[in-house]
Amino acid sequence: MQLIECPWCGPRDEIEFRYGGQAGIAYPEDPSALSDEEWAGYVFMRDNPRGWFHERWYHVHGCRTWFSVRRHTVTHEIGRDPESPRREEFG
Amino acid sequence: MSAPVHPDFLWRDPDPRPSYDVVIVGGGGHGLATAYYLAKNHGITNVAVLEKGWLAGGNMARNTTVIRSNYLWDESAAIYEHSLKLWEGLSAELDYDLMFSQRGVLNLAHSLHDVREGRRRVNANVLNGVDAEWLDADEVRRFCPILEVGAHTRHPVLGATLQRRGGIAKHDHVAWGYARGADALGVDLVQGCEVTGFEIAGGRVRAVLTSRGRIAAGTVALAAAGHTSVLAARAGLRLPLQSHPLQALVSELLEPVLDCVVMSNAVHVYVSQAHKGELVMGAGIDPCNSYGQRGSFHVIEEQMSAALELFPVFNRVRVVRTWAGIVDVSPDASPIIGTTPVDGLMINAGWGTGGFKATPGSGWVYADTIASGRPHPLAEPFGLARFTTGALIDEHGAAAVAH
Ligand SMILES: Cc1cc2nc3c(=O)[nH]c(=O)nc-3n(C[C@H](O)[C@H](O)[C@H](O)COP(=O)(O)OP(=O)(O)OC[C@H]3O[C@@H](n4cnc5c(N)ncnc54)[C@H](O)[C@@H]3O)c2cc1C
Ligand SMILES: [Zn+2]
Repeated sequence: MQLIECPWCGPRDEIEFRYGGQAGIAYPEDPSALSDEEWAGYVFMRDNPRGWFHERWYHVHGCRTWFSVRRHTVTHEIGRDPESPRREEFG
Repeated sequence: MSAPVHPDFLWRDPDPRPSYDVVIVGGGGHGLATAYYLAKNHGITNVAVLEKGWLAGGNMARNTTVIRSNYLWDESAAIYEHSLKLWEGLSAELDYDLMFSQRGVLNLAHSLHDVREGRRRVNANVLNGVDAEWLDADEVRRFCPILEVGAHTRHPVLGATLQRRGGIAKHDHVAWGYARGADALGVDLVQGCEVTGFEIAGGRVRAVLTSRGRIAAGTVALAAAGHTSVLAARAGLRLPLQSHPLQALVSELLEPVLDCVVMSNAVHVYVSQAHKGELVMGAGIDPCNSYGQRGSFHVIEEQMSAALELFPVFNRVRVVRTWAGIVDVSPDASPIIGTTPVDGLMINAGWGTGGFKATPGSGWVYADTIASGRPHPLAEPFGLARFTTGALIDEHGAAAVAH
């Protein structure tokens, strides 16, 4: 069981969260300009590193915040993502 | 059949040569089957299988050996049924007792939705020439008397699909049978040889870089299961694959008590009893990406609670061992087979939680694809192109249980 730090609720058991996959996949700025290959890239292609991974988590059984962390996919070590919201930033 | 007599060595342990016509990366079931059929069906024997660890110590050593072909779509039915037909002659073909036992595979339905889905799949299977039957709750009870189907259970059994030709086999024997066969036909099975990179010039792969030096290759064929993305990234490719731990466990040895395979999509568990007597149970994947070859305990806990609801008779059985393998999951729960944007670099991956059953069929079509440079007709729908065209082969229903 991994202990994951929700930026609002603090460290909670993994079973309270839902996984959101790779972070930083931005919706295309001009969707109609994309080729089929580019759409495939946006929708389906993902990094899948053995090592540090920038990924999304959703505190579904808690405060329902989406946030990202950097997690090592072998050691399961978790580092904070500087771009993810901090507790102070919640209204 | 009696247990095979083991000679001291089933295959040579050669050092890699500087160059091969075909280099297969990954010595699991798929890599070994591919090498065997390249030599056997196509006469291509200047082939090496490079394995970073020991032969078939990855998912091939870790799977729960369920074999069936009752997938929903035509493309899947065709390739998995081709594989099942090969299984039916494989012990004889490899002259090795694979302990292939067609004891029947039940897929339980616990809700009206499951019932509709199950009946639809039975109909689709029958139309595709795949044996399939629908059993109502009474018939399920008669087929598997220790299963709790009563109306008061947490997961009432409303019916089940049954594929009588499905079953289990001894996974190690399958790997060793293919390995011995490929070795005898001249293939080099090189263990302790990790592929660390690729030499690519003019858009074409020329060689693999390994922990034991550079090895030139006409064709490089990936068969690395859960580590395919890591390898592809070294060739500059991004794939629609994510790697997850998938767990299984075995119990202590029991007297024969369960003579079929039972799986439940809704509660994510499946059970069979191996020849030796242990119960073999599979769980679901850990939801997050991981290469840590261990799964989370809460996944095992959930799986056991579901198993006990279905089989109260197992409530005093002790778990002896749990383990995990890393599986390569694709967006549509179907494999990816064929060419890549790098000339000469082929891919066979994405079998995810269910590729053991496909070992013979996968090796067969991959060998043909490598030999001819174009996808085997059964492999063609499974090319990378489907993520661009949108022609996905969605088998999440038939592959919902991780096996
Ligand atoms: C717990 C569990 C239960 C399962 N149950 C079932 C089931 O009941 N039925 C079913 O059909 N399927 C099942 N599967 C899935 C099945 O095991 C896999 O789909 C299948 O084994 C994958 O093909 P493979 O045998 O070639 O993989 P593997 O045996 O994993 O072979 C890949 C090989 O590539 C090697 N490799 C990786 N990177 C490199 C590198 N850089 N250089 C050299 N070598 C490398 C690895 O060491 C490994 O030996 C299960 C899987 C798991 C983990
Ligand atoms: Zn929270």
